[in-house]
Amino acid sequence: MSLDLASQVLELVRAAGLTGEADVYVERETFALTRFANSFIHQNVADDTTTVWLRLHADGRTVATSTTNTTPDGLRTLVSNSAAAVKHAPADPGWPGLTPPAPLAGEPGFDEATADADPAERAERVRAFVAATGGLTAAGYCRTRRWEVSYANTAGQAVTSRSTEAAIDGVARHQGSDGVARQASVRLADLDGALLGTRAAAKARAGVDPVELPPGRYEVVFEPTAVADLLENLAIWGFNGKALAERQTFVELGAAQFDPSVTIVDDPFASGSPGLAFDAEGTPKRRLVLVDAGVTTAVVHDRRTAKLLGGDAVSTGHALLGGGGLGAIPVNPGLLPGTGSSPGAGDNPVVDPAAAGLIGAVERGLLVTDLWYTRVLDPKTLAMTGLTRNGVWLIEDGKVAAPVQNLRFTQSYPQALRPGAVKAIGPVAVVLPGELVPRWSRAPALHLAEWNFTGNASG
Amino acid sequence: MSQFDVATAAVQAAIDAGARYADARVMHRRYESMSARNGEIEELSQTESAGIGVRALVGSSWGFYAVPDLTDQSARAAGTQATAIATASAAVPGPASALIPAGAPAVDSWASPCEVDPLGVPLSDKGDLLVRATEIMREHGADQAEGLYQIWDTGKWFVSSEGHRIDQRIRECGAGIAAIAVGDGETQRRSYPSYRGQYGTRGWELVTELDLLGHAAEIADQARALLTAPQCPAGETTLILGGEQLALQIHESVGHAIELDRILGWEAALAGTSWLDLAKLGELRYGSELMNITIDPTIPGALGSFGYDDEGTPAARRYAVRDGIWVGVLAGRDSAAVAGLDYGGAVRAEGWSRLPMVRMTNVGLEPGPHTLEEIIAATDDGILMDINRSWSIDDRRLNFQFGCEIGWEIKNGKRGRMLRNPTYTGIGPRFWNSMDMLSSEIVAWGTPNCGKGQPMQIGHTGHPAAPARFTNVRVGVRA
Repeated sequence: MSLDLASQVLELVRAAGLTGEADVYVERETFALTRFANSFIHQNVADDTTTVWLRLHADGRTVATSTTNTTPDGLRTLVSNSAAAVKHAPADPGWPGLTPPAPLAGEPGFDEATADADPAERAERVRAFVAATGGLTAAGYCRTRRWEVSYANTAGQAVTSRSTEAAIDGVARHQGSDGVARQASVRLADLDGALLGTRAAAKARAGVDPVELPPGRYEVVFEPTAVADLLENLAIWGFNGKALAERQTFVELGAAQFDPSVTIVDDPFASGSPGLAFDAEGTPKRRLVLVDAGVTTAVVHDRRTAKLLGGDAVSTGHALLGGGGLGAIPVNPGLLPGTGSSPGAGDNPVVDPAAAGLIGAVERGLLVTDLWYTRVLDPKTLAMTGLTRNGVWLIEDGKVAAPVQNLRFTQSYPQALRPGAVKAIGPVAVVLPGELVPRWSRAPALHLAEWNFTGNASG
Repeated sequence: MSQFDVATAAVQAAIDAGARYADARVMHRRYESMSARNGEIEELSQTESAGIGVRALVGSSWGFYAVPDLTDQSARAAGTQATAIATASAAVPGPASALIPAGAPAVDSWASPCEVDPLGVPLSDKGDLLVRATEIMREHGADQAEGLYQIWDTGKWFVSSEGHRIDQRIRECGAGIAAIAVGDGETQRRSYPSYRGQYGTRGWELVTELDLLGHAAEIADQARALLTAPQCPAGETTLILGGEQLALQIHESVGHAIELDRILGWEAALAGTSWLDLAKLGELRYGSELMNITIDPTIPGALGSFGYDDEGTPAARRYAVRDGIWVGVLAGRDSAAVAGLDYGGAVRAEGWSRLPMVRMTNVGLEPGPHTLEEIIAATDDGILMDINRSWSIDDRRLNFQFGCEIGWEIKNGKRGRMLRNPTYTGIGPRFWNSMDMLSSEIVAWGTPNCGKGQPMQIGHTGHPAAPARFTNVRVGVRA
């Protein structure tokens, strides 16, 4: 249906006698989120929205417009407004041209049951999460999403794609201590509210009466929820073609910037992970290796950043809607799991099963569940500051010894993953949801030689 | 069919389906932005979004449903669906919610002040401004020169089952420029007038008054100079903050902390809670006696201003902190009822497709008795920092670290060497209690990018702020 809509708009562009180039992106998103706090559902929302984006490039000028009014009158207005605006738009010498016809490289995950999930099904996951906390205070959400997108342009590219997402993200709270569990999937059926609630509650109970540790450099085991933050910030600031063109990233293509155990890929077709088959410019996505065994191999591009960088750079299918200022960003980043045998799975319910095998090798260090409010101090070095959240524990002699109060850190992310700094990578990658924009990480646990904590609860 | 008719149909359908209260907002928003880089236009975007969001209260839970289709049939279906969603929440019920009384429901119209319609200014004029500003910055040594303006023109039509019938037109705009200098191992950034630009509920006259062209050369020169400036030292010292950075300080360590939904635990999973305990409202010392913070959506032209919030509560000024004592919160009708308070007025939604929630309006300082130059002259040894560059704070809004674009040594009452990478850290109430000098030079800074909620909503907030001095603050980063 949405490809029909895109074609209709292109036909209106032609009928208006507009010369030049045009492309249309249509997205129908059916979104629902059931939110709970203080152990009951307090907000429960849904919307069903179709948005049409039109770009016109004529006489060296470009304008991007959009509307949520998909009636025939609404589409005609979109075209006429765009035509009027492009005449008066400033010159756009960086226009990179339209995506030529190209086939899709695959089909992302889609699940009919998730696409059609109703409020009762989300409420049931919430009920299970809350019940599993055993009387602790619970807060979080269960959400489902369905996308149907299409793209068509005057150069002949015409593609459609669809995907679904389900996610649970919740905390359990107990005497000032919080524990978290979160997971995303293409399928709502993959998400076990009771399992996640049990895990969050175990962390909350085990985090009561934390000790305060002095700032300093500590060996750390990051659970997948914390590793996702590393991946997201590496993706946004590091593997960004625009940042490379402007020399604002640490990335040096071909250089061994990471530990040899580190391989990072952007993959919209990874099993269980939501994604879309093409970007906002209609360029097909594919699995892209960003770091191969420690060597930085690629950044992502849209058509404009590829032109900006020049040479043999081409779009990798990472254009964002309205994201020209940000450049191109990987939205399906994943750190490949470790391949070695686990040094011994633990049975401590405090530890995410994905991290259990890494604890035993730590003589003295910290187990970190989650990172919070991480912000860039310098994009070039990717020096970040932020805090731990939702559970930190001291590890001594390979065992979880005591809960620790949250700590502030100041740390360059690529430095933390430099050659020799990664002691182990967990054997399982967990699909984790992003918040602000549709984005998913596939994150295993990570054992790092050191992490620079620069403050504690006292300041 | 008018927008009011559409909203009324949705509300009636929600009530007919079993809701004990319902409201609906029809919204129509036009948005325009343009960005330039290094003397060329990077992106020109114009979007138009319209739809209806319906809120229904059943038992302890809100149900919300939104659609872009503004027909009678679609509106009625949305109202019915909102009630059905709220009803499904009974699977995990809580205590029955109440709403504080609305008083006499308003039937009114309101519009923000606007001298020059920002969407009416020719695109070529707006583009020329950004192009020329970025050219000047490049001429003065910027490796990357950026410029951006944004315009929002929003119409809202609000109807409730209690009789509200309010329409508002709010026009917002603003702009900013930034120069980036790239060194061997780091980048330095200088922005004007702030990291995000300056925004307000005003017309294009706001952008004209900024005089972007007149400040482009200075920030480019400073960005390049910062590459070779000495590093901000680490240690405890007297800290003077410029007004723009103090606006960020207020936003993060006061504004979010006094949001009643956070205090009640409603945002615990993501945004977090608050260190504030409602039992201490009216007696807790938040800061020094110089600290007077108001919640004031009535400030003409400030970014957090409106006539009515998204529950139909009229804008009203009140204190959040008075003479250093915590006395007020940002609330909605439901959260106020839970807390036993008698005021709301701070509930807004990002757009028609999102549930209204507690948001900052204009949260800011009342002026102090000094000027920045007087504060500097009265400081023997300290650091002046300005223009926010990074911000991070814990989920209870206590432990913060903020970075600024630029700093200066203050020695014997005079501004000395420029410092690069200035940062400071602290614990909220300890920091605010150390404020011993405050300027009278108030500016209502606008923040157009405040994230909160699940799904995440981006809010527009205002923060009147002026330069101030704080003692015994930890600056720089521990090795």
